[in-house]
Amino acid sequence: MSHATINTRVAAECLAAGRKIGVFRGGRWLIHNVDISIHRGEIVTLIGPNGGGKSTTAKALLGLLRIDEGAVERAAGLRTGYVPQRMLVDRTLPLNVSRMMTLTGHHSAAEVASALGLVGIEHLADAPVQTLSGGEFQRALLARAIVRKPDLLVLDEPVQGVDFSGEIKLYRLISEIRRSLGCGVLLISHDLHIVMAETDTVVCLNRHVCCAGAPESVADSSEYQQLFGPQAADALAVYRHMHDHEHGPDGQIVAHDCDGHAHDHNHDNGHSHPDHGAGERTDAKR
Amino acid sequence: MLDDFFFRALLAGIAVALVSGPLGCFVVWRRMAYFGATMSHGALLGVALAFLLNIDPMLGVLIQGAIVVPAFLLLERYQTLSADTLLGILAHGTLALGLVIFGFMSWVRIDLMAFLFGDILAVSKQELAWVWVGGAAVLAILAYIWRPLLAGTEEEIAAAEGQHPEKTKLVFMLLIAAIIAVSMKIVGILLILSMLIIPPATARVFARAPEQMALIASGVGVIAAVGGLFASLLWNTASGPSIVVTALIMFLGSLPFGRAR
Ligand SMILES: [Zn+2]
Ligand SMILES: [Zn+2]
Repeated sequence: MSHATINTRVAAECLAAGRKIGVFRGGRWLIHNVDISIHRGEIVTLIGPNGGGKSTTAKALLGLLRIDEGAVERAAGLRTGYVPQRMLVDRTLPLNVSRMMTLTGHHSAAEVASALGLVGIEHLADAPVQTLSGGEFQRALLARAIVRKPDLLVLDEPVQGVDFSGEIKLYRLISEIRRSLGCGVLLISHDLHIVMAETDTVVCLNRHVCCAGAPESVADSSEYQQLFGPQAADALAVYRHMHDHEHGPDGQIVAHDCDGHAHDHNHDNGHSHPDHGAGERTDAKR
Repeated sequence: MLDDFFFRALLAGIAVALVSGPLGCFVVWRRMAYFGATMSHGALLGVALAFLLNIDPMLGVLIQGAIVVPAFLLLERYQTLSADTLLGILAHGTLALGLVIFGFMSWVRIDLMAFLFGDILAVSKQELAWVWVGGAAVLAILAYIWRPLLAGTEEEIAAAEGQHPEKTKLVFMLLIAAIIAVSMKIVGILLILSMLIIPPATARVFARAPEQMALIASGVGVIAAVGGLFASLLWNTASGPSIVVTALIMFLGSLPFGRAR
């Protein structure tokens, strides 16, 4: 799988990078000392507890938030496609799907149709956006981002509110988009243990980078095959956290007494995984 | 024909309607009705400043807008208070400040009824020229920023994708201040606010695209202005409020078409 080839891509163009970035708001650091970079063709998955600063980090990288320390670098002329966590088109704004897709740029009808085809909703081109279902709207947002042929695609919790099979489908779609556009992808996920299989780098964020690395393929493990089913097993991968510290109840960092061995951890406000229960079961398996 | 006061009133009402339709669509789409109200409250401060500085009231209102709009945007960015609260403070603060300044100028008597409803039947040729020239300028600028302004209704996406939604928003807010400035004396702040909101709200159910909604809103406004003026002539009712009531009737008539699907 692609994450095995991560080293061959080291020389790829750096699309966006944050160097020791920090965002200070309301008397505290939302994120602090965060290093992150996304290269062309790379999929970076940002995971961590709610309130751990995932969206903040993505927005800082996109230049939507003023940073208070460090530096953000973006490649010159970088084209970004952004799929925010939610988008509320006001009910009073008469907008159909193809018009929504051309708000921030001119695209021909053929380009719009092909982007809609890629996400599988070409029949909805003329539908008013207010009539779409949640899943259709999310696909429309994705189509809106990719019609721009972005160098960098940023998706903020795209699988939120999507069921397990929807999640698998979406991951397949994202890898197809990556292949056809050759773009870098920054994917924010609420799942602490299960990530998209083609993820090259996982960054675990809880106000700072707790750990980072490549996920483990589950395709060759018969146990995971059983757990997820063969369909899901090649779309998903497991990420093992490597923490040399813990977080106190208010999020402060507590150094570990043992010397940084690999361990599975519980983020303080980490959640269970109601969708498929895989998070807990990976602990048990070890 | 321009010597006929009623004809001048019709032309003034039509001008205000043509401009406020498209402008008002953005007020509705961006939920900025309260901002419009704030700007019109502030107009009283502008008029007071104009008396104080001995300049044209229109200029005073424009200056007031050029101060209050950036002040609001700065406060919104650097304060934790919500836009709602800030607008409330600015609306009532500027209104009160305007009244206090008038209090110091004992030689000036303000006519609050004229401020609220204007006097469209007394519009002079010069005022008529102002509302047409000023209105045309506002429409031209709006047309120029139309695309980025529309994209900016989704501010984060627009900013992430390399646009500058805060700049177009600033220009748009100044346009609201400008239309209030040029039409206040003729139609009053209550009428201009109504024309910014009721015709677009009426147009919504018939429109399938943003531009369509803007055109229909202008049309609805023109019908309200003409119909309201003739009604006021017929039944000898106050002209400004008659225009608002005509628009309101059209809005109510549109409701059955807009049942949520
Ligand atoms: Zn940590
Ligand atoms: Zn971790």
